[in-house]
Amino acid sequence: MSTSALLRRTALFESHVRLGGRIVDFHGWELPVQYESILREHEAVRHRCGLFDVSHMGQVFVSGPQALAFLQKVDSNDVGRLVPGRALYSHLTNERGGVVDDVIVSRLGEDRWLVVVNAATADKDFAWFQKQARGLDVELRNESDRHGMIAVQGPKAAEVVALLAAKAPSLPRFGALELPLFGQPSVITRTGYTGEDGFEFIVPNEIVVRVWSDLLTMGRSLGATPCGLGARDVLRLEAGYLLYGQDVDDDHTPYEANYGWVVKLGKGDFIGRSALETQKAEGVRRRLTGVKLLERGVPRPGAPVLIGGREAGKLCSATFSPALQAGIGVGYLSAPLPEPGTPCAVVLHGREVRAEIAKVPFYQSPHLAKKGA
Amino acid sequence: MFDPKSLKYQKTHEWLAPDGTVGISDHAQKEITDVVFVEPPKVGRAVKQGEACCVVESVKAAFDIYAPVSGEIVAANADAAKDPALVNREPYGKGWLFKLKPSKPEETSALMDARRYEEFLASPEAAGGSH
Repeated sequence: MSTSALLRRTALFESHVRLGGRIVDFHGWELPVQYESILREHEAVRHRCGLFDVSHMGQVFVSGPQALAFLQKVDSNDVGRLVPGRALYSHLTNERGGVVDDVIVSRLGEDRWLVVVNAATADKDFAWFQKQARGLDVELRNESDRHGMIAVQGPKAAEVVALLAAKAPSLPRFGALELPLFGQPSVITRTGYTGEDGFEFIVPNEIVVRVWSDLLTMGRSLGATPCGLGARDVLRLEAGYLLYGQDVDDDHTPYEANYGWVVKLGKGDFIGRSALETQKAEGVRRRLTGVKLLERGVPRPGAPVLIGGREAGKLCSATFSPALQAGIGVGYLSAPLPEPGTPCAVVLHGREVRAEIAKVPFYQSPHLAKKGA
Repeated sequence: MFDPKSLKYQKTHEWLAPDGTVGISDHAQKEITDVVFVEPPKVGRAVKQGEACCVVESVKAAFDIYAPVSGEIVAANADAAKDPALVNREPYGKGWLFKLKPSKPEETSALMDARRYEEFLASPEAAGGSH
């Protein structure tokens, strides 16, 4: 691993090093890929509680009389359904229906909103927002550099966050709460990227270290475990979540990504609507599809998927799934779109490994009654 | 359990014991992270020094294991294939990978002893790492 002046560190960098985190370059950020073991961290989140530093993610605050009109224009989901205190997963779309970014939009007040954007796309998104906000009475503030973000995930997450924020456990799934933490204005949302119950703390840089160390120390008896990006990637793929830039991008639409539910054609006009309407009517020619290995082996991104001996596409994301004890992956497979259970093969190290088309999500937590959305 | 000090190493982090047993170093198992699959070579296969003959896969990636010397594979560790975490837990013991019968014993001279391997790990060359 090389250190470069261009690499950015989160406020928790020193904490990660002290905890023995193995630091890697993740899209220009120095973040821990793991502390002790990806498998043990994965297990902690599925059964107890894991803490993740996700401070690299960006925060854009949107406010003003036309904030809702602005968000309805850039977002394919219907954020108009949100009442203050609620959040929604959604896709920002371009004119071609491609995905500019996948984000979580929280309505904090009547005219105040928070959009949590991906790290690698924060600057691109903000430029896109500024362009689309012209002529609208809306204020945009990119506060990504001023905030840190900590995800607390797992069946014990509610008990752990209660130690620091007594009101947080009463949040519904995709609820959002503004509150002062250590005297600093903060936001807690009941969201995550692991397929378990969980919370995300969005707090000013000044208090990130305190929030992190308090959650870890006080939550230790409940099993709170620091987790790296390695476990996070495995957890999110098992849960069927997209990794922007790898699974979806400006050239792939929500329909192709098998996330059609985030497109609300009936909500009124938005950027990309007509392209998406056409695609919905005609049907997609490729779709992000789950694949599960039936033999030993760990699939990797880029591995070809064969159906009936013919290459149907390549995997975008792939890993060993500890929950399924099998290799899993997702890739854009071309029409005719295969149904779950269809036999296929994945090429690994030049060898065809037996696999089948799988339902996504690959894993549904027994701790969550129903997948929140 | 082998004494790491008595082993010979190559730059790709495999070790060779005097009886022909091959495994990967503690440094390598830490770099590879959680091993989830081991695909050992077939017994009876003839391998050349430096030939990829075994695959160790972690959650993160797949790693080729190179024969430290030429010879015939005489044993493969079925326990490690069944419980791949052995490679992480006991890289110098139950986590061995395979055993070979060297055909060119003189090739051992190209390997590093424990002290030189330690120096190699501290060098910038190792920081780039093949694993």
